[in-house]
Amino acid sequence: MTAQAAAGLELEGVSWTLKKGTSPILMETTLALNPGRVLGIVGPNGAGKTTLLRLLYRYYRPTSGRVWLDGEDIWRMSARNVARKVAAVLQEQPTDFALTVREIVALGRTPHRSGLGGFGGARDAEIVDGALDRLALRGFADRHLGTLSGGERQRVMVARALAQEPGLLILDEPTNHLDIRHQLEVLRLIRDLPLTIVTSLHDLNMAAGVCDDVLLLKSGRTLGFGPPHTVLCEASVSRAFDVDARRDHLSLSATDHLTFHLQEE
Amino acid sequence: MTVESTTPVPKRRTLKALPVLAAGGIVVLLASLSMAVSVGAVSVSAGTVWGVLLNKLMPGMIEATWSQGREAIVWDIRFPRALLAMMVGAGLGLVGASLQAVTRNPLADPHLLGISSGGAFGAILALLHTGLFLGLLTVPLFAFFGALMATGLVLGVSRIADATSADRLVLAGVAVSFIVMAAANLLIFLGDPRASHTVVFWMLGGLGLARWDQLIYPLVILLASGGWLLSRAGALNAMTVGDETASTLGIPVARFRLLVFAVGALITGVMVAFSGIIGFVGLMVPHIVRMLVGGDYRRVLPASAVVGAIFLLWADVVARTAMAPEDIPIGVITGLIGGLFFIWLLGRRR
Repeated sequence: MTAQAAAGLELEGVSWTLKKGTSPILMETTLALNPGRVLGIVGPNGAGKTTLLRLLYRYYRPTSGRVWLDGEDIWRMSARNVARKVAAVLQEQPTDFALTVREIVALGRTPHRSGLGGFGGARDAEIVDGALDRLALRGFADRHLGTLSGGERQRVMVARALAQEPGLLILDEPTNHLDIRHQLEVLRLIRDLPLTIVTSLHDLNMAAGVCDDVLLLKSGRTLGFGPPHTVLCEASVSRAFDVDARRDHLSLSATDHLTFHLQEE
Repeated sequence: MTVESTTPVPKRRTLKALPVLAAGGIVVLLASLSMAVSVGAVSVSAGTVWGVLLNKLMPGMIEATWSQGREAIVWDIRFPRALLAMMVGAGLGLVGASLQAVTRNPLADPHLLGISSGGAFGAILALLHTGLFLGLLTVPLFAFFGALMATGLVLGVSRIADATSADRLVLAGVAVSFIVMAAANLLIFLGDPRASHTVVFWMLGGLGLARWDQLIYPLVILLASGGWLLSRAGALNAMTVGDETASTLGIPVARFRLLVFAVGALITGVMVAFSGIIGFVGLMVPHIVRMLVGGDYRRVLPASAVVGAIFLLWADVVARTAMAPEDIPIGVITGLIGGLFFIWLLGRRR
């Protein structure tokens, strides 16, 4: 259903500081992501994951460095043009103002509308229906968001982002507060979408399972960037999280699995 | 991919009834207008009310079967008063609905946020101290700047106190409202005592000063601001989801919120200038409206205007008849109903 090609993303020495004179929240981050790749951002609390995401969806302006989207500096593009290419599913919970699921999903069309009003149109309705179907939300279309469970709401927000027809999709902890089944569904969706995806994740095993590349952050510094099996090695993970990490190979499921223990004093 | 719904899906009441609701709203509005004009110390039949109206709009259309006195009551006193009630109600409803979206706060209201008090401060300054050196526009202009100043204060205080949550924003508004009202009362105290009496009565809210030649000001402001807000209905919808999400939809969130607050101050200021402080309309109306037409601002805004107009027409009927022949200040009526509604809302939210 995506009308737009997956976007390429590049960060060039991106730093971000809250106030002049304080130490940066994110330091000199450089990476390149080819169209269609899935990047997982992992690290302990306060590592700068959310800050990095905010820099990608043009909420924060880099203190130094640049964010390139398909070779264009996102701060040289208008907010609306960025919004046509980048969608984000955040942790924000909408206040219940009696909007229906369909109305929320239709918000994704906002940056594509031109001029005053300009609501509706058959194509918009088709795209919204497509997004509702993709997340199996058609039956919920006329319900108020306030009447849905946490997992259903999360799906609504993903559908809204898909209705935006982005080339780059950003997800902030998309599996938070979901039960196992819904977590797995979100992960499968991430795998299946033909988009460039950047997602922050708490669970390292999950990140290893779903991501093409992983960026490991600690206190705003990059500890590693690359394929999960190289970045999420025992030494790096132990260092990042201040724990003893051990990576076992699960023979039955044929995957690597990390376990963690508190370091001995 | 396939995600199956985990819960059975009850089909919600669809909104096919929308055209019916819209037509119903207009009918109730016109009936309320007719009622408001006919009720009073001298009761006038509905036939006479519409007869006078038609005769004024198209002279000679119908034969006048009513006395000159009746015509004067209907046309010179009650119609302008009822029209002003409609405009003030519509305006305050629009402001409440818009502020609730951009603050994501169901308790946002021009009165609770101190904007009305700012408008009153400006109006009092003009009425008692500067004189009408800009003619008829002096009071509305001062009221607008007063409202804008109070808005700035509220936004400033809520930023300093980091009071962006629903309850704390209202507290910031109440605090600013106290300060601005204290200043306004000082102005009254320092003013000419005889004029002050009139001002105090005006401040309690009243539509008794409505005159045909002044209705054009609130009308122009209402149409212009209402039109602009309606053209931004999509952005208002997006703002209810959250600042960051709205910004990822390409909306310049901070600037848009300031603009909506400025437009809210404009409407509030002008309405205060012509009718005094009429509280809680902006709080109540959008809640009632969302129960009727849902949350999409393309419907919430026009419906808030219509329901606000109807509500204030009836509040004014009560104000004029409850203790006839005396007029109770209409702010007393809306304050009483609004306060009770506020309590109900607080109970419902937990």
